[in-house]
Amino acid sequence: MPHGVIEQIPRFLTWYNAAFLLRAASFTLALSAVGSVVGILAGGAIAVLRRTRGWALAPLRGLGTLYVELFRRIPFLVTLLLVFYATQLGGYDMPLFAIGAIAVSLISTAYLAEIVRAGLASVHPNQWHSAAVANFSFMQTLRLVVIPQAWSVVLPPAFGFFIMFLKDTALASQVGVVELTYAGKTLNNRGFAPVLTFGAVLLLYFAMSYPLTLLGRRLEVLVARPRHR
Amino acid sequence: MPDLAIADLHAAYAGRTVLGGVSLNVASGDVVGMIGPSGSGKSTLLRVLVGLLPPVSGLVTLDGATVDYRRKADVRALRDRLAIVFQQYNLFQNMTALENVMVAPVRIRGRPRTEVRAEAIDLLSRVGLSERMNAYPDQLSGGQQQRVAIARALALKPEILLLDEVTSALDPELVGDVLDVIRGLAAAGMTMLIVSHEMSFIRDVASRVVMMADGSIVEEGRPAEFFREPQTERARAFVGRIRWHRD
Amino acid sequence: MTYTLQFGQVTRYLPFLAEGGLISLALAFLAFAGGMVLGLLGAMGRTFGPRAVQRGVQAYVVFFTNTPQLVQIYFLFFVLPEAGILLSPFQAVLLGMTLNAGAYLTEIQRAGFATVPRGELDAAETLGMSLTQSVRLVILPHVVKTLYAPLSNQYIIMVLGTSMAAVFGVEELTGRAFSVNAETFRSVEVFSIVGAMYIVLTLIATLALSVVGRLMFRVRMPTL
Repeated sequence: MPHGVIEQIPRFLTWYNAAFLLRAASFTLALSAVGSVVGILAGGAIAVLRRTRGWALAPLRGLGTLYVELFRRIPFLVTLLLVFYATQLGGYDMPLFAIGAIAVSLISTAYLAEIVRAGLASVHPNQWHSAAVANFSFMQTLRLVVIPQAWSVVLPPAFGFFIMFLKDTALASQVGVVELTYAGKTLNNRGFAPVLTFGAVLLLYFAMSYPLTLLGRRLEVLVARPRHR
Repeated sequence: MPDLAIADLHAAYAGRTVLGGVSLNVASGDVVGMIGPSGSGKSTLLRVLVGLLPPVSGLVTLDGATVDYRRKADVRALRDRLAIVFQQYNLFQNMTALENVMVAPVRIRGRPRTEVRAEAIDLLSRVGLSERMNAYPDQLSGGQQQRVAIARALALKPEILLLDEVTSALDPELVGDVLDVIRGLAAAGMTMLIVSHEMSFIRDVASRVVMMADGSIVEEGRPAEFFREPQTERARAFVGRIRWHRD
Repeated sequence: MTYTLQFGQVTRYLPFLAEGGLISLALAFLAFAGGMVLGLLGAMGRTFGPRAVQRGVQAYVVFFTNTPQLVQIYFLFFVLPEAGILLSPFQAVLLGMTLNAGAYLTEIQRAGFATVPRGELDAAETLGMSLTQSVRLVILPHVVKTLYAPLSNQYIIMVLGTSMAAVFGVEELTGRAFSVNAETFRSVEVFSIVGAMYIVLTLIATLALSVVGRLMFRVRMPTL
């Protein structure tokens, strides 16, 4: 280990630095949470749209499919930069966090649309038939029959996705969003040893991601259990 | 005047003709037993009637009014009067037996919950399941699920009940309970169209037998006569292969 | 203030960018190949190794899959030089991506080991196959068949992941986009073209992988 690191530790472990990193970590969490919430709503809407029938909605269905297929093939960094530069074009002064949140949401919508689509597809077609012959409308079928059966299939991968974005939002540091990785870079620039700064950042990511991963695994077991026990 | 009239009905599935001109009248109080080899179009006919498979051509009238299957309003009105029970029961997996029976009357037709609940409990006890009404489908045997499915269909107070091979997916020892329920309905004067492989049951319960083969009706008649002396070659061959259960 | 999109200035850089795309594919391929070796060792260690090795592999997997790849590379990029190890940006990124991929590929391959049906191994034994024969004729074909789709998927994820190499100055597709952006100041045009190029790149990779899978391993994959 390079000399000087040990001596730096007391100067590094201050309340000020700790607060700075924790606040940044909360932005990482917030960014990921915003992405997941927007993603499940907008992605869910796209997945539902893709289940509709009839000519009237065909163009929208096509757009939905295109969106899902394309945005899962663009790196997050590129989406982020596109949003960053595109918002500058209009000349508005958009807060950096909002730029990060929009970029995360654009990508998460595509991924979660796929997850919800798989969830809807896991419900047997005969459930749709049974509802149809009793005059359920499309939305009634979804609300009363399909979604109550699909959510336990959707939840585990959606939660996994939330954890994935906890890590992937590290890239938002590149446009200046003060999340955890950016905070690490800042401390590094202030002259602290990279072992300490990036080491601390890695540990904080781990401290957020690992418990959530374990929770996700328990969640999976929990929702997979039959309703009646 | 017949309740339900089907005239020259054609239907296709995946590019293949599955109904090639079926004509049939079902009068109020009729119990029509539909028999025939697998793939002859019996189940397809029921699916077309409830609007799950749009017909290619032909005419379906209910009390003299033509049903246009391309019009949503027509199909809705039709489904208010016809109910179907499927071979695989198709109960809503996320609801208890009682909820399965109650959901359409309460949520779709907007009837008062307490009234529907009383009726639903009554229906479930008529099919012998009052003690299992809070069980979910995956806690019930196939026969029990099928009886719930019948109660669910009856809760809609249909004028005509379509039964699509309702005992085919059941273990042999569970068939009897389901058939008893249907016998009870026939005795109470319910108009029914029954697709079944249970020949002795059809012979006992049907007022008319219709035999289908290759997407059309080959013969129809009164059960006693049909099974004793079938008129056509196809029907003779089919009846000749039946092994009668001792019941 | 209005801004009109002008792609004209950017189009002459297309060959330059396309070349960057090939570097992205290559970077992903190298990291994937290294990760496969690490992953195979990891999966074997985790399945058959002594307890200490199992624990070690588990710690490696858990740590690398619960922290961001970007920060892992930052760590290597800044810490290794302090320890006297000098790597080029490309080498540092490749090392980081390989270590990261190794963790995910350990998990995938371990799952593959677990799916070899016991019955087939018994059948192989009763047929008098030797251990190497049953590995070659029974286990490997089975593992390849079950793992081909998830591994292909992982490769596509890694192609997208290579874009973070640009952060460290590697001239792959996104890195070259940075250069073109600096010269033309046509940011939105540059990054939308690059986004489209990633779509084409991953579509080609998906198609190639599914053709190879079908021809060589008789694996059917959904093509999109």
